[in-house]
Amino acid sequence: MNKLILAATIAALTAGAASAQTVRMGTEGAYPPYNFINDDGEVDGFERELGDLLCEMAELDCEWVTNDWDSIIPNLVSGNYDTIIAGMSITDERDEVIDFTQNYIPPAASAYVALADDVDLMGGVIAAQTATIQAGYVAESGATLVEYATPDETIAAVRNGEADAVLADKDFLVPIVAESGGELMFVGDDVPLGGGVGMGLRESDAELKAKFDAAIGELKANGTLNEMITRWFGEEAATY
Amino acid sequence: MFSYCADPDSIEGLTWLSCYLTTGKHFAFYRSILVVLALLAMAAPLAMAFGFLGAMARRAAFAPLRWFGAIYTNMVRGVPDIIFFLFVPIALDQALEWIRHQVKCPDWTEPVRQGNDFVVCAAAKLPLGSSPQWVHETYGFFTALVAFAIVFGAFAANTLYGAMNAVPRAQLETAEAFGMTERKVFWRILVPQMWIYALPGLSNLWMILIKATPLLFLLGVEDIVYWARELGGSKTSQFDYPHPDWRIYYFLALLVFYLLMTWGSEKVLGRITRRLSHGQATAGGERLRKAAA
Repeated sequence: MNKLILAATIAALTAGAASAQTVRMGTEGAYPPYNFINDDGEVDGFERELGDLLCEMAELDCEWVTNDWDSIIPNLVSGNYDTIIAGMSITDERDEVIDFTQNYIPPAASAYVALADDVDLMGGVIAAQTATIQAGYVAESGATLVEYATPDETIAAVRNGEADAVLADKDFLVPIVAESGGELMFVGDDVPLGGGVGMGLRESDAELKAKFDAAIGELKANGTLNEMITRWFGEEAATY
Repeated sequence: MFSYCADPDSIEGLTWLSCYLTTGKHFAFYRSILVVLALLAMAAPLAMAFGFLGAMARRAAFAPLRWFGAIYTNMVRGVPDIIFFLFVPIALDQALEWIRHQVKCPDWTEPVRQGNDFVVCAAAKLPLGSSPQWVHETYGFFTALVAFAIVFGAFAANTLYGAMNAVPRAQLETAEAFGMTERKVFWRILVPQMWIYALPGLSNLWMILIKATPLLFLLGVEDIVYWARELGGSKTSQFDYPHPDWRIYYFLALLVFYLLMTWGSEKVLGRITRRLSHGQATAGGERLRKAAA
């Protein structure tokens, strides 16, 4: 029944548009497996697959654009692209500036990674990417926060000793820890942060938001989204 | 690129490297070198033109023009570059879109500014939302070019203004005594002689311009430093060519690139200095005269 209603909503929403509307999808391209630039120089990852699928369902013509994480919200509101689909957690602060669709990744844990298991997570030096929920959490935890522009640099900071540990989304850290050959390890408890990952849109773009919301809802209902999450993030990843 | 690259996991050594260095991503890196060179080739003459006009404005007899020249050079030089690079392209883009919006969508009733959002009708977007990505990139490149020209033009204006004042007064007086008009004195006597005084300042500017090109990424243009960081970052097995943190090698390559640029520039500037010193009442000119005699 739900599926029927959603399908009807999509049909109703898209019926008006005779020709496909072009939507520019903004992403960071530096956060595997969420989004990254593959060896062909194309945007790839979980969000690329999801985004393309959503666009197909909503009958939109999608074009992928990469932008620095730091200026990803200002460039959305000034109209350089129409959506942010970059592993962005839904938070109240961000919600004041932009709008979010319903989440397409359930609230997932963040985790600490360090070179040794005896680091002081509450008083040591912790690396995080600038303007992320993890950076906000570290700043309030009492530890010394060092911020980096890209996720990759936060890991490099731990490897070369600039920081004692890094706090990031666990889904991002799992493959890195697994392939470090025992050099890196998870320490401490996982930290639940944010309201899940959603797509960001301009507050004035209610129509586009409704289209994506409906498409995400349908993917949740028919299980496709769960299958994709498991395929990209592994068996342990939280699903709907 | 090569046929043996189909399965990157099974190859190693030099073969692996030859495949690795010819991925689509690496070609984007090589292309970005051309982007930087193109920016330099266009920004330098444009900044020089802005500078020349600025310096002329500052010398103008008409007071408001003189004030404009002074405000331009002093204000732009006083504001941090990074603020200008963020401000000029966004302001320019929004100004153009606003004008197009007024022309193309006169019956649009909603406000353009809605809270944080800058909303114009779809037909007024620049470039159009439906344009291919390369159009967006080219547009971004040209707004960046304008920003570079405005900022470096202000510094050039000050250098040229100083150089114009450094030309010996006796030269101009002689020209006036021959009955030349003010305009003729300026173009025939002052301008040809001022370059030797401007050159040290202009060569500094050129060197700074070379090093300022990574600011391009602030404006969404993917330059060599962006690609070096992106390619050098450690890659997990999600990628076809996994590798640890290789940024140091990529940055070493950049170091060589920038050193070569500086070395080449030094050579060229040295030759220009020699040329311009001919017959000048400067120490360099005097040396040339003695060497010839």
